[in-house]
Amino acid sequence: MSQAPIRMRVNGSEVARTVEVRRTLADFLREDLGLTGTHVGCEHGVCGACTVLLDGQPVRACLLFAVQADGAEVTTVEALGTPEALSPLQQAFTDHHALQCGFCTPGFLMSATALLRDHPRPSTGMVREMMGGHLCRCTGYAAIEEAVKAAGA
Amino acid sequence: MKPAPFGYLAPRRRLDALEALNEYGVDAKVLAGGQSLVPLLAMRLAGLAVLVDLNRIKDLAFIRPFGEGLAIGAMTRQRVVETHRRVVGRIPLLAEAVRCIGHPQIRARGTIGGSLAHADPASELPAAAAALDAHFVLASVRGERVLNSEEFFVGYLTTALEPDELLSEVRLPAFPPDAGWSFLEIARRHGDFALAGVAAVLRLDGDRRCTEARLVFTGVGPGPVRIPQAEQSLLGQAVTASTVAEVARIVQDRLDPPSDIHASAAYRRQIAGVLAGRAALQAVERIRERR
Repeated sequence: MSQAPIRMRVNGSEVARTVEVRRTLADFLREDLGLTGTHVGCEHGVCGACTVLLDGQPVRACLLFAVQADGAEVTTVEALGTPEALSPLQQAFTDHHALQCGFCTPGFLMSATALLRDHPRPSTGMVREMMGGHLCRCTGYAAIEEAVKAAGA
Repeated sequence: MKPAPFGYLAPRRRLDALEALNEYGVDAKVLAGGQSLVPLLAMRLAGLAVLVDLNRIKDLAFIRPFGEGLAIGAMTRQRVVETHRRVVGRIPLLAEAVRCIGHPQIRARGTIGGSLAHADPASELPAAAAALDAHFVLASVRGERVLNSEEFFVGYLTTALEPDELLSEVRLPAFPPDAGWSFLEIARRHGDFALAGVAAVLRLDGDRRCTEARLVFTGVGPGPVRIPQAEQSLLGQAVTASTVAEVARIVQDRLDPPSDIHASAAYRRQIAGVLAGRAALQAVERIRERR
């Protein structure tokens, strides 16, 4: 079969669709649900721009098929805050100039969200270990590390 | 960079997966963590008619005592292997090797079985498994067979798995209480594939002379590589800076690593020798720390 019905929770809301089985979770979120905050950079799991939380774990949405998320809880950057009301983590990114073009940012935010949830005061090593799974072409990373630490403190 | 269309099965029982592989054979591929397979599908370097998703089969993920060692289900997430108290407690070399795989986001989905079955020549788990004398359980509708590391790792991205077989479990014998271990790799960036790496297990007798040495390299050949002459050179000797220098020399002399865009053969040869020496010393240090 090449199409399948799926049902999942995305950012707390129940979603039901029928999708092609080869549809990646990243494309499903962006194209089928209009949640374009999750970005598609490399499509082979290296850049991290597509990172979302699947049942709370930071994962590459470009390396998952939407059908695999059937029955799961997916969290995207849209869940963190709004332009009018940034989350403390998002505010820290703004305050510390941890983004410029913003393309990599949603991925960093999702990984940082998982990290700070599990380790509210992460060591430098832990921050670097988690953020190491993301590429940024603009900032040089130092500001991102500061922002994540500041958000945890 | 989207995968070509394929059929999809997500069995909930192991037997249903085996029956699907029996039916589709070479036209099917199993999906474990997807961290290696999905990029291949996206880039269309691999094609398939049917994807058999193993992620709904609950009884393929486990970490259980196996004698004094461990049996680990193939679908166990790398993230779980890395931090599980039984792994950290009984076989810390495995935890350390897993810690070197990619990044946390990869290890959240990647599985121990998927990585072993994929057998990337620069990956960590094949070398670690070989150093630990792992045995591999291959399941099909025809039954089960158990292979050792030499039998399982056949060549470049190739294992002994037949098209209708699934790697279901890895068995690791008890780690000898008098043994030391090390896992070291050199990569350009933390999380990259190793340019060269080594998994080392050493045992010393009461006079601190080496009675057993296993040095298994990754990144320097088509699969996990051992240099018997290098290992033998340590037997009956104390493990010192000068005896490990000889190990390094033999390794550098005997290895025949590839050249590619990441590193030249000469560089790989050089660092493999250096890592072998460091790993041997670190393994012995770990024995000392335990005493």
